[in-house]
Amino acid sequence: MITLSCEEVRREISNYLDDDMSPSMRRLLETHLEQCRKCAVLLDSTHNVLVLLADEQRFELPAGFSVRVRQTLAKEFEKAKC
Amino acid sequence: MPQHSISYDRSRNLRLDGARRKPETFQQVVNPTRDSTLRCPPAVGLRGCVRMQNTLVKESENDRVLERERELVAEILAGNHERYYELIAPIERRVYYTAYGILRTEADAEEVSQEAILKGFRGLRTFRGEARFSSWLLSIVANEARMRLRQRREVSLELLRSPDNEDEYTPIELAEWREIAVEALAQKELAAHLEEALEALPEIYREVLILRDIDGLTIAETSAALGISVPAVKTRLLRARLLARDYFVSRSWARHLGLGKAQP
Repeated sequence: MITLSCEEVRREISNYLDDDMSPSMRRLLETHLEQCRKCAVLLDSTHNVLVLLADEQRFELPAGFSVRVRQTLAKEFEKAKC
Repeated sequence: MPQHSISYDRSRNLRLDGARRKPETFQQVVNPTRDSTLRCPPAVGLRGCVRMQNTLVKESENDRVLERERELVAEILAGNHERYYELIAPIERRVYYTAYGILRTEADAEEVSQEAILKGFRGLRTFRGEARFSSWLLSIVANEARMRLRQRREVSLELLRSPDNEDEYTPIELAEWREIAVEALAQKELAAHLEEALEALPEIYREVLILRDIDGLTIAETSAALGISVPAVKTRLLRARLLARDYFVSRSWARHLGLGKAQP
C-alpha cells in the first residue's frame, strides 16, 4: 500500500484545507493523519490560525470611517446627477 | 466542490453541528488535539458554505444572494445611487482591512479604501453579476493598495522576489508546547500575535492570504486579482498559511517566555 511521507503531507496541507484534491489523495492523507500526531497538529493548528485570521471581529474600523465613506459617496452621487 | 470556503472538516476535530465557538486560548489554537481543546470548533469553513459578504451562507443560498446583488446593481445603474450603500455596508470592514493588510498604515488604508469604493461606483457598469460583488470590489481594493505600495517603494525588491520554494520548509515543532503551564493567553494577546504574524509575512504571501483566507475570494478570483497564475496562487498560499502559523506560534511563545518580540 502506498503511504505519504510527512513532507508530502505538508505540501498538500493547503490543498486539503481547500478540499482541492482527488478522493484517493484525500484518503491517503487522512490515513497518514490518523497515524501521525505531528502532522495532525500541524494541520489543525494551521486551520485554527486561519479561522482566527478570518474573524472580522478581530479588526476594527477607524472611528468615523463609515461616515467618511458616506460623505465621499454623497458628493459623488451629487456629481453623478449633474 | 467550489473553492469558496476553507472546507476543512476533519470530523474528529470539527463538529458539523453549527457550533460557533472560535478557538479562544493559545493551547486551543496551537495544540488542538489535546483533550481540553476545541470541543466546539468554529463554524468557519464548514463544507457546503461560502463566505458571502460578512457571513457564511449555505451554497444553496449563493444564487439567491447573487440575484439580489444583480437587482441592486441594476437599480443603482438606473439612477438610484443611494442604494450603493447597501452593497458597501456589509463589506466595509473587509475593504478597509484588505487595504490595511497590504499597506500597514491607517492613513493610506483609509485613503485607498475610499478610492476603491468610489472606483467601484464609477465602474459599476463593468461589474458582471456572475461573481460576487464583494470579490469584485475587494480585487479593486487589493490592486489600488498594491499600486500605492509600489509608489511608496517601501517594499524591498528582495521581498518581492522571495522564491516560491517550500522544499526547505520545516514547521516549528509543537511538542514543547505541552510543557507550558499557562493555560491561555488573553484574547487581546492572541489578536496582537495574529497581527504581528501577518505583518511579518513577506508581501507576496500576505496578499494571497488576505484575499483568499480573510476576504474569502476563490483561488481563481485571487489569481485574477493579483495577476498571477492559479498554480502560483496555490504555491504561495501553502507557504503563506504555514508561515502565518509558524510566526504566530513563535511570537506567542517568545512573549510567553518573556523574550519580547520574536523574530520569525
